[in-house]
Amino acid sequence: MTRTLLLAALALPLAAQAHTAWLLPSATVLPVKAWVTVDAGISTDAFIANHNPLKLDTLVITAPDGSTAQPENALTGKFRSTFDVNLAIPGTYRLTVLNSGLNASYELNGEKKRWRGKAENLAKEIPAEATQLEVGETLQRVETFVTDGPKNLDALKPTGKGLELVPVTHPTDLFNGETATFKLLIDGAPAVSQKVSVVRGGMRYRNQQHEIEATTDATGAFRITWPEPGQWLLSTSATDDKVSTKPATQRRLSYTASFEVLPQ
Amino acid sequence: MRNKTTLLVSGLMASPAMAAGLELTIEIPTIDIAEYHRPYVAAWVEREDRSVAGQLALWYQDKAKPGQMVKPGEGGEKWLPDLRQWWRRVGQRTTLPLDGVSGATKVPGRYKVEPATTALPAGQYKLVVEAAREDGGREVLNIPFAWPPKAGETLSTKGTSELGALTLLLKP
Repeated sequence: MTRTLLLAALALPLAAQAHTAWLLPSATVLPVKAWVTVDAGISTDAFIANHNPLKLDTLVITAPDGSTAQPENALTGKFRSTFDVNLAIPGTYRLTVLNSGLNASYELNGEKKRWRGKAENLAKEIPAEATQLEVGETLQRVETFVTDGPKNLDALKPTGKGLELVPVTHPTDLFNGETATFKLLIDGAPAVSQKVSVVRGGMRYRNQQHEIEATTDATGAFRITWPEPGQWLLSTSATDDKVSTKPATQRRLSYTASFEVLPQ
Repeated sequence: MRNKTTLLVSGLMASPAMAAGLELTIEIPTIDIAEYHRPYVAAWVEREDRSVAGQLALWYQDKAKPGQMVKPGEGGEKWLPDLRQWWRRVGQRTTLPLDGVSGATKVPGRYKVEPATTALPAGQYKLVVEAAREDGGREVLNIPFAWPPKAGETLSTKGTSELGALTLLLKP
């Protein structure tokens, strides 16, 4: 097996890169002892279920006291997954789908091939005669936040792994016309000069994306002034070489989060 | 109709006893539609930083109507976050019922709300009234005022959808 490990930017042609994963809760501001239902999909336009469901195997629901809550009535359909959460503990919940794995591209008999899977399967699933092998590691974090009764931040502590969002403005206290501040971290350290974009759902009912872009400052902080109420999807990604799994040479980190902006 | 409420303030001890008072009149307009539900209404006083100095009124359905099936945890409190500003500013941290403040929803008409005590520290405030109606809309009105009032004063504003006339009478 010839492993050509390229140091150059690893432009892995990932199908998922053109599409964004999202978690869409039915509400983010809820009365005490409520339930919430959440859709989870992967699509080009935010929150439009027309491509692939987001699998729920790696869903973690962090309750306001830091404990883990279980999804109920989970179902994965053709275009979207769905699940309910019984918000039994008052406060703010963090819902996270965290996917990690390896991606590879290689050539076999002059044909370009792609592989995606777990590190332990790489050697047995990619033929030994493969050439031009490039391996990358991915860490994808997809989040949303919902609050039952009084908001708090205990469930939103960063884990120190990959790209993460730290709230300055509470993520379920967003109102039209106001400016929200968040911070981005990479492995727990401020993500400096990191580009972020937010786009509102409902692209089918308008003609332009009207995406808002922001860049983090030296502390990892960025600000978004919401021009309209609605459901907004934030996305950002980064690549570096801080791999944790061999033979990967490059790491791709992505973070998406959905927010609800209410009218004044 | 008259609600005796207490304007709760954090700086109660620090402020001298004041004879000044305020009286609020909220009008719930008649809306001529086939299926009318009485609105949820909240009234409170905000400081300049928008923190809440005191709650004046909260009208909502806290019990099932006779013969109506309501599951546990699904009473009228379920819809309180629809009073979005109230929920944001104070509602989400409020334990209900709120003595002297919360009450049943009201039919269209004019309602007087008068806090029993108004020991507010001197400063600039805003009276905020919010109404949200099932199957209907939502409206927020506010009246800025200075406290304590130097002279008797009547301030007013008017809603266009879910609220009618709003009058704040300041008594020195």
